[in-house]
Amino acid sequence: MTETKTRKGQIIKIAVTALIVLSGLFLLQRLLMPKYVDGVVEGAFVAEYYRENKDHDVIFVGDCEVYENFSPVVLWQEYGVNSYIRGSAEQYIWQSYYLLEDTLRYETPDVVVFNIQSLQFSESQREAYNRMSLEGMRWSASKVKAIFASMKDNEHFLDYVFPILRYHSRWSELTAADVEYMFTTKRVSHNGYYMRVDVKAAENVPQGKPLADYNFGENAWKYLEKMTALCAEKGIQLILIKAPSLYPYWYPEWEAQVEEYAEKNNLPYINFLELVDEIGIDYTTDTYDGGLHMNLSGAEKLSRYIGRVFREEAGLPDRRGEEKLSAVWAEKAAAYEEEKRAQYQYYGMEEQN
Amino acid sequence: MLFTSYGFIGFAAVLVSAYYLVPKRCQWGLLLAASYLFYFIAGPSALLYLLATTAAVWFAALQIEKNVRRQSAYLKARKDILSKDEKKEYKAEQKRVRARWVAACLLLSIGILAVVKYTNFFISNVNGVLDALDRPQLSFVTLALPMGISFYTFQAVGYLIDVYRGKYPAEKNPFRFALFVSFFPLLVQGPISRFDELGGTLYQEHTFDKVTVCSGLQRVLWGYFKKMVIADRMLAAVSTIIGHTDTYTGAYVFVGMIFYTLELYADFTGGIDITIGLAEAMGITVQENFRRPYFSKSLKEYWRRWHISMCSWFREYLFYPVSTSRAMQRFSKFARGRLGEAVGRRLPVYISSFIVWFATGIWHGASWNFIVWGLLNWAVLMLSEELEPLYQRFHDRFPVNGRGAYKLFQTGRTFLLVCVLNIFDCYPSLSVTAGALGSMFTVRNWSVLWDGSLMALGLSGLDYGILAAGLLLMLGVSLAQRSGSVREKIRTLRYPARFAIWYGLFLAVLLMGAYGIGYDASQFIYNQF
Repeated sequence: MTETKTRKGQIIKIAVTALIVLSGLFLLQRLLMPKYVDGVVEGAFVAEYYRENKDHDVIFVGDCEVYENFSPVVLWQEYGVNSYIRGSAEQYIWQSYYLLEDTLRYETPDVVVFNIQSLQFSESQREAYNRMSLEGMRWSASKVKAIFASMKDNEHFLDYVFPILRYHSRWSELTAADVEYMFTTKRVSHNGYYMRVDVKAAENVPQGKPLADYNFGENAWKYLEKMTALCAEKGIQLILIKAPSLYPYWYPEWEAQVEEYAEKNNLPYINFLELVDEIGIDYTTDTYDGGLHMNLSGAEKLSRYIGRVFREEAGLPDRRGEEKLSAVWAEKAAAYEEEKRAQYQYYGMEEQN
Repeated sequence: MLFTSYGFIGFAAVLVSAYYLVPKRCQWGLLLAASYLFYFIAGPSALLYLLATTAAVWFAALQIEKNVRRQSAYLKARKDILSKDEKKEYKAEQKRVRARWVAACLLLSIGILAVVKYTNFFISNVNGVLDALDRPQLSFVTLALPMGISFYTFQAVGYLIDVYRGKYPAEKNPFRFALFVSFFPLLVQGPISRFDELGGTLYQEHTFDKVTVCSGLQRVLWGYFKKMVIADRMLAAVSTIIGHTDTYTGAYVFVGMIFYTLELYADFTGGIDITIGLAEAMGITVQENFRRPYFSKSLKEYWRRWHISMCSWFREYLFYPVSTSRAMQRFSKFARGRLGEAVGRRLPVYISSFIVWFATGIWHGASWNFIVWGLLNWAVLMLSEELEPLYQRFHDRFPVNGRGAYKLFQTGRTFLLVCVLNIFDCYPSLSVTAGALGSMFTVRNWSVLWDGSLMALGLSGLDYGILAAGLLLMLGVSLAQRSGSVREKIRTLRYPARFAIWYGLFLAVLLMGAYGIGYDASQFIYNQF
């Protein structure tokens, strides 16, 4: 009897200890992980996708050249196209590929738009960008593969499994937001679109320096091939695009390689740098950082153009008649307008129509 | 595999678990396999050196023992036939055979160590001479220094000499001997263990005991605290100071030498805590390597409490053989005759010590800095010895010995002396070291100690706060250790208090440890020796 009691006591002691240890570590991890709710918000984009109803016609994948340049709200409002952008800062091509693979676990869109700027990188450049692209992904085989494809020499897989090991020293820079958003979060994008209304005209655009080798790397090509094959396998129309960013410089040699690839694989390729006049991009009013990214005005212009491509060339239907979906988009549009107003106010600008 | 890497932590966790799961008779075999795997991961080519030393020493020791047995049998069979002189002559002849085995084996083992560690040092010195003669320079060779070679070579050589001296019989089983030489926690930075102390506990069968395992792991955790929270954090400031000798002069050098001495302690003792703790978790007892050295009241005492295993190795296997050698005895006789009894008696000891400190210096590193460091230690120790009568007279006149304040003064003085000597470890050359040391007396920038300049050394105010707290904790633990094991004392507390202490320490390492992105993974300082 006493022995049973002692054993029971031991088990309770071990269970309580384990509970305290594990819950302590869990709470610390939640506290220390970056929340990306203010300042650098790009790290929150990837995770936001999982809160969506996954029934999109179009999925954009890529880096800042997609998430800052296309507005899904405009695509819905003007064409009835239900779209989402799965992009984050300097998202490398293998990350785009695995994010697409991850997306296809939930839905199969009619069109995937991939921005080919990231072909310039054949290996990860900065750990911080890896983190922003990968941390928000839900655990799956795609995420594991994405991590292994992305890790730099000084990174460890275990740091992704237990982010407390990566962010252990963040306790010295915690803010009120880290406590407030320990278990909740707030939307920072509009279906993956990062809105900026401010304007900084493009002046003194840096020219490209001569490169030793203009060929895209083997690894970058490998993932483009994989993406093409994946889309073909799923019956998805893959569209390659190049956003109208004035820099980093887009070399003619790079353009030639992409054109050749698109032609060989029978893929549509839109280089927006060549369509600036047709679209009406004005680099004195349509960019917020001197020609690197579009602001709201520029993004809406690009969205109107690509929306027409979706409608006329990809044959996507207008879904504005779907009651449930329209209701969802009405909410999204309201949030979009609200942020627009807030940003115009913040930047001391007059609201544009 | 760094002790502070995830790989090592995973490796150790799997090993400790497996150790208690395999049949007890297989435990030492598992340790051998793990040790060789550990060494293989560190560098497959280095495994050849380890194997060569292990095989040579094992074989030579066996030959020595066979020779002893043969000698006994021969003498026993002929005890009535041989005369006393013939027996003596036969014994001397056999001893020479055994000595030849030792010499051949030492030539090989120490030879490997000398070639891989000192070839480029030798070439750089020859180049210095060639340069003076305006002759073409020799090219340096690319030789990777195998991990822990100084430690395992000394351990194996110590065993060979012990067998030669008849201290214990040779180990017949080559695999058991291979485990003694390669036991992986000791490969990184020692302690340099003796076969009669480590061997027994290494091959014993161990049953899982919760208290032993927990106690071992607690020590490992404390080691990680010292290494990752204190030593690796301090490294940033030390590297900044010694890496920019033009900028950081005067008071910065003073700060650098204090920081380096504290970092060295936290780093080395932390590593040894991990080593001993890990072995303890498997029921294996490894000898202590430190006894609160910075509490020493003299340099002599310091060297009895710092890196104990290395000091005793040099004493046992170099100092005694040299000081009791026939040549030294002849010299002693000669010196006593020529220079008088007092000087003649001390001179052989001083010469033997000189050899030992020269060897200690060069063992630490292939550079003149280390040699000078060793010889300066020798000079201070010999000077203290010579000044002993003077101290005695002072103490007769002023009976301060034993008083608290005076003990504190002695401790502080010894610590400062160690700091100054340690500065030779830091800088890349003697001229730079001399310049840095000299600047403490010529550059008047002591205001940097309080004007905020220390914040620009790669450490923030918060880092200094953590360091101060960590150092205070280390000091507190050292003080508490004087009356017995701190872990034992904690074990007497109630469970919630015990849990709070160890969980708190774990969280301190987890959150305040200098590891991961933003921190450079740093190898243990003594691993380079």
